[in-house]
Amino acid sequence: MRHLMSPLDFTVEELQELLLLAQDIEKHPDKYAHACEGKKLATCFYEPSTRTRLSFEAAMLNLGGNVLGFHSANSSSAAKGESVSDTIRVISCYADICAIRHPKEGAALVASQKSKIPVINAGDGGHQHPTQTLTDLLTIYSLKGRLDNMTIGLCGDLKFGRTVHSLINALIRYPNVKFVLISPEELRIPSYIREDVLEANNIEFVELERIEEAIPQLDILYMTRVQRERFFNEEDYVRLKDFYVLNQEKLNRAKPDMMVLHPLPRVNEISVEVDDDPRAAYFKQAQYGVYVRMALILTLLGIDVEKE
Amino acid sequence: MLNISGIHEGFVLDHIKSGRSLQIYHDLKLDKLDCTVAIIMNAKSNKMGKKDIIKVECPIEALDLDILGFIDHNITVNVIKGDKIVEKKPLALPKQIKNVIRCKNPRCITSIEQELDHIFILTDEEKEVYRCKYCEEKYAGSAE
Repeated sequence: MRHLMSPLDFTVEELQELLLLAQDIEKHPDKYAHACEGKKLATCFYEPSTRTRLSFEAAMLNLGGNVLGFHSANSSSAAKGESVSDTIRVISCYADICAIRHPKEGAALVASQKSKIPVINAGDGGHQHPTQTLTDLLTIYSLKGRLDNMTIGLCGDLKFGRTVHSLINALIRYPNVKFVLISPEELRIPSYIREDVLEANNIEFVELERIEEAIPQLDILYMTRVQRERFFNEEDYVRLKDFYVLNQEKLNRAKPDMMVLHPLPRVNEISVEVDDDPRAAYFKQAQYGVYVRMALILTLLGIDVEKE
Repeated sequence: MLNISGIHEGFVLDHIKSGRSLQIYHDLKLDKLDCTVAIIMNAKSNKMGKKDIIKVECPIEALDLDILGFIDHNITVNVIKGDKIVEKKPLALPKQIKNVIRCKNPRCITSIEQELDHIFILTDEEKEVYRCKYCEEKYAGSAE
């Protein structure tokens, strides 16, 4: 039985299979509409996350399966002090597959150790959020047709943004991927990513402070939110926040086929005027999130539908 | 000069950094074994100036010596059988250590989950880096 804890759990070849399956689902949704009939997905969310949960539930419903679960620790037996290990043993009796989100790092791994059904880590604190990375990879692969030979700009909070760290770890497995890391000094990529991942693997990267400088060379611009509470003082936040807002004027400097991604929710780091630009791909990305979760559910349940 | 007799079967752990023998006594769970243990502290050493020594009279399969490699791989482990040293065991960093050190990351599931083993995995042998199996936080600091 297989679980998904980290985006690196899949080899490059397995990931390729998953992405091709997701693309086939996108093209032929009817073929998969009953693939999970009679199967149940449990969404065990110990902390609220509307987007991820609904994406999982939509994925299972699209496959003809059913969903059950809880949406906060207060509405589960965790409020009575039940351990994650005990909860998953019980859930294993009710469902065929489980997506778990928990504020504590490693909670999904604990669940997988006692589970009789496949467990998907739907986010464990600031640690891993593999289905977001799979979503990002499918979006890039579908819109650019490749995951290699490209320059990717990562912009905003690169220090605390786990989606950015996971994406870097996933993309360095492909040849000739370069990174442009755009952030204020305070929110630069942590040294363990710079040294242990980028430098250790001889990956080409530059660190810049302004989107304008970086944007002309990019194939992908991955935006993240710069949060006020991450700054040491209000003055720095006010000084820097507009540097990390993508507007049409800045986007005009980009290549005509560059893609703008964002894990969402967006607050103000991408102006609404950018939404109508054909390069804005962040809402398509949310759609790809459903396809990749459908592919993941099928893969972990071992359900084989012949691809076309 | 103290005299402590030799042992028939067991281990002599030599070249322990002075002052660390009590910690090793606990880490090896010698307090749980029903056997004779001698702890010699601050013995004179040509190599180290001062050193600690632990002698344990026990069947040679009774001790899990993996943890010693984690604590200090410079310790010399002499295996005694029939009153003689029959082997000097080389110490290596164990691939995994269980319930010896605790994860100090307050965001880690080990901080709340009942009766969950604290497991650390050797992720970089060269730099001697251990990471928590669950949250992958790097272990920094001495064994508890």
